[in-house]
Amino acid sequence: MQFGIFTVGDVTTDPTTGRTPTEEERIRSMVEIALKAEELGLDVVAFGEHHNPPFVPSSPTTMLGYVAARTKNLVLSTATTLITTNDPVKIAEDYAMLQHLADGRVDLMMGRGNTGPVYPWFGQDIRNGIQLAFENYALLHRLWREDVVDWEGQFRTPLTGFTSTPRPLDGVPPFVWHGSIRSPEVAEQAAYYGDGFFHNNIFWPKEHTQRMVDLYRRRFEHYGHGPADQAIVGLGGQVFMRPNSQDAIREFRPYFDKAPVYGGGPSLEEYAAQTPLTVGSPQEVIDRTLSFREYVGDYQRQLFLIDHAGLPLATVLEQLDMLGGIVVPALRREFSAIRASGVPGAPLHPRVQATRAARSDGPAEAA
Amino acid sequence: MATRSLVVVSAGLGSPSSTRLLADRLAAAVDRLLRDAAIDPTVEVIELREHAHDLTNNLLTGFPSPSLQAAIDRVVEADGLIVVGPIFNASYSGLFKLFFDVLERDGLAGMPVLIAATGGTARHSLALEHAVRPLFAYLNAAVVPTAVYAASEDWGQAGVAADGSLVERIERAARELSVTIATREPRGRADPFDETGGFGEMLDALEKKGTGHRSSG
Repeated sequence: MQFGIFTVGDVTTDPTTGRTPTEEERIRSMVEIALKAEELGLDVVAFGEHHNPPFVPSSPTTMLGYVAARTKNLVLSTATTLITTNDPVKIAEDYAMLQHLADGRVDLMMGRGNTGPVYPWFGQDIRNGIQLAFENYALLHRLWREDVVDWEGQFRTPLTGFTSTPRPLDGVPPFVWHGSIRSPEVAEQAAYYGDGFFHNNIFWPKEHTQRMVDLYRRRFEHYGHGPADQAIVGLGGQVFMRPNSQDAIREFRPYFDKAPVYGGGPSLEEYAAQTPLTVGSPQEVIDRTLSFREYVGDYQRQLFLIDHAGLPLATVLEQLDMLGGIVVPALRREFSAIRASGVPGAPLHPRVQATRAARSDGPAEAA
Repeated sequence: MATRSLVVVSAGLGSPSSTRLLADRLAAAVDRLLRDAAIDPTVEVIELREHAHDLTNNLLTGFPSPSLQAAIDRVVEADGLIVVGPIFNASYSGLFKLFFDVLERDGLAGMPVLIAATGGTARHSLALEHAVRPLFAYLNAAVVPTAVYAASEDWGQAGVAADGSLVERIERAARELSVTIATREPRGRADPFDETGGFGEMLDALEKKGTGHRSSG
């Protein structure tokens, strides 16, 4: 099982100090967080993609290429890549290039994006969101698997005799996850291709996550990719920790109360009860995370959101220390002890698998 | 005996409120008329006041609390609705609208609905026709022809309104709703997680649907 972090890359004023980081500071903090994740032996770092303030990460492969050059083990991923408003040809090219430079340590998570104006800024219409996700991905899937593509669709210029270069590293395309909070169509799409399905598992009650994952698993089996309990599932999670539970709640509350997503709404306690948000001791985070398995089954990837809502970098790095030093080692141990036999790990590029197999002391086996 | 579920949504603010008083009178009349038609109805009242904070939270977070979810489930799974609220500033109150704003898409499609309202004077009565009826028309509900407005003075007089006394209007509207409920099959609720015909069919359906969208209609 893989453990890592994902970040949206928001520039948010710290509500306790009134200080707003510059874009440069935020971008550099994202790099620093990724390097720390590598140092602590986490498996994955995934960056968001946004094209509007207050978010900085508009150019994911630039960021990922830079991090790739400074790391050796991390799998570099996205959370999410906008399959609706990016040209699928450019996604095919950019991520194949990144794959070569990162020795195969690359996968992607596709998402639609829910910011209305971004669609027209890129010449699209949010009302076609699902259709764009289907058509663009169908083309991307072919571009990585067929050397010469003839193609025609509704949303982009037709292609005749097009070859996307560079070809995927060793002929193996990056593994793809499809992320969606509430659209059953996306779970269906992930199942159809035998790709992974990721639920952010942050903003909504666990029942929604459960229903989406359950649909994906049933349909994965239906399309002949293997038994439902061996489908490839990833989850998000949102945590804030201090050794002492009450300290964690006291420190995180002002950030929660002003957070762009839920600020002004339910109390921290209500939100933590109704969603997977966990604010408390590392042991509470371990227990809560282990409980995810009870409603989605054995799964392959767990990503945590820890750097948002204006939390200062120093605090985020402390969170990472607890995550890498206490939480993840315990989760690796506990999850592997209870995982059903036959459940595969998250797919890795053969080169990464070979590197990991050759290493005996690292953070691990593919599973 | 056949059964049907009748749900009453009341947006009254006081306790007791004249809105709830009107809601109860309407519910009792519909209940009686359905029993006359050999239907055994279940009647439940949802007081929006009890969900006011959760409704705001739902707007901000995008999901309902467990108790609000239970109320929403009862409403969208009902066979008929009576909705009653006070008229504020020539329209429905904010609390009344909030509830219908957080319902799932198509949740009220085809739903038999009786609309009713209360107010200080009869001058606000047409707000039902100009504000409340279009809201439910937009939601594709089957709104019965008679809307019931009760001004404070209606509770003490008989036969003053042009279209009959409050008691007569309650009876007429209740009859319209009960007939609509009685003549329809029980409503089901579509489950978006039901298995589809498959991905290929889904693509075909999307192509046929083109760029149509509900809010453009």
